Amino acid sequence: MNPSAAKTWDEFMEGVWRQNPVFVMVLGMCPTLAVTVSGINALSMGAATTFVLVCSCALVSLMRSFTPKEVRIAVYIVIIATFVTVVDYAIQAISLALYDALGAFIQLIVVNCIILGRAEAHASKHGPLPAMINAAGMGIGFAIGLLALGVVREILGAGTLFGISLFGAGFQPWVIMVLPPGGFFVLGAWLLFFSWIERRKLRRQSAKQSGKPVEATQNA
Amino acid sequence: MNTDNNPPGPLSTKGGDDGSAAGAASGLVAGPALGRPGGGADSRVIPIAVAQPEVTPPASPTAAMIRTLGLVSSICGLIIVGAYEGTYDAVAANKRIATERAVFKVIPAAKSIAEYVALPAGGIEPKVGAGDTPVAPGAVKFFAAYDAGGKLAGIAAEGGAKGYADTVRIMFGYSPECQCVIGIGVVSMRETPGIGDKILTDRDFLANFNALDAKLKGDLSMLANEVKAVKHGTKTNPWQIDAIAGATITSRAVGKSINDAAQALLPRLVPNLEKLRSKS
Repeated sequence: MNPSAAKTWDEFMEGVWRQNPVFVMVLGMCPTLAVTVSGINALSMGAATTFVLVCSCALVSLMRSFTPKEVRIAVYIVIIATFVTVVDYAIQAISLALYDALGAFIQLIVVNCIILGRAEAHASKHGPLPAMINAAGMGIGFAIGLLALGVVREILGAGTLFGISLFGAGFQPWVIMVLPPGGFFVLGAWLLFFSWIERRKLRRQSAKQSGKPVEATQNA
Repeated sequence: MNTDNNPPGPLSTKGGDDGSAAGAASGLVAGPALGRPGGGADSRVIPIAVAQPEVTPPASPTAAMIRTLGLVSSICGLIIVGAYEGTYDAVAANKRIATERAVFKVIPAAKSIAEYVALPAGGIEPKVGAGDTPVAPGAVKFFAAYDAGGKLAGIAAEGGAKGYADTVRIMFGYSPECQCVIGIGVVSMRETPGIGDKILTDRDFLANFNALDAKLKGDLSMLANEVKAVKHGTKTNPWQIDAIAGATITSRAVGKSINDAAQALLPRLVPNLEKLRSKS
């Protein structure tokens, strides 16, 4: 890989893995906990957020050289709100059932801190292409996070996966999993899992280069 | 401007806000120096933003701000209008299909529908305008459903009542022949999954609506018997709804929404049924 491709890959993977919005930064928890009652909801919410992220970061980045800093937040919010409106119409056109299932959380993408954060921290300082790649990585990372919750909650709480029944009629669904508390349980379990992986990785590293003291990670 | 001994001014809380710009401008002594122990001669703990005199970079000209905001608004306006125009037909078609599906579900014989309103003063007329266009206050919207031969198959109307979590909105089918409710479907609800939403799936509950009595009194002013949900297992009359055990509140909401809608609609509808007999 040539250096620029490596850097691009790095930009992309930042959001997907190292700075995953759900599991590492723990941002945007409101839609994460609320809409992930099924795999399809999670996937649609992730796709909608990714679309808004990529489009608004591209536009923010294009406008960055002539956006006075006093009005930048207003500009970002108008741009984000525009693409959220577009997504809102698009979902209504695709499926009303999905629109009802996602409810107010489509409009609430506007205030999702991941998007404003990306616009402020990345897109306003980089060219359109890197901004879009970074935004796509973040969006996909967010979608992966939502999907990880949605799939587990749907399997346990309804016995289905993307609407396909898994266990037959004898299955007694674990209803709490599709209720709000289930969102917290599953999110907690996933955070625990990722933190365990991170610690294990650190332990291995420190075992290799013994002599360096083992430091527990604060932000694992 | 880089004097260490400036007293902390009222600007101190702005430290974080302009951090990047100020840090770059004042170099040595901005916020970050704070945490370093024994950083210099003056090693006592310095309140935040000691070296934060007004370093605001030159303000952008107002014209530039207006220009940018104007440009952004225009671009965004165009995008929104484009999206609205582009999806309008699909959204309208989706809404129509959703309504038709709901009607076809509660009146199985239906093949086509026509929208009507029942006027507050009595009498009915075809609804003008499609979709969500508002009707006159007090008027009740309903659908006349026709079978393949163009004969009236039934009437469908919406009703709503407070359930456990939010308003439960249901669509019910009314058959003029037996003067009874012949099916229900849920338009929208936020009832607890697995408990309240059994009203969609529970066979015994849905069996209530095979022929739920909704006869009018002799003078056609109101229902002869109030449609009502009763506790599970205590249904004795054809106008009662056997509630789901554990979901009584939701079941009651279904009963109440049918009752309220029927009380409002049927006294106006039944005298005018002849007008609806065949498809116009």
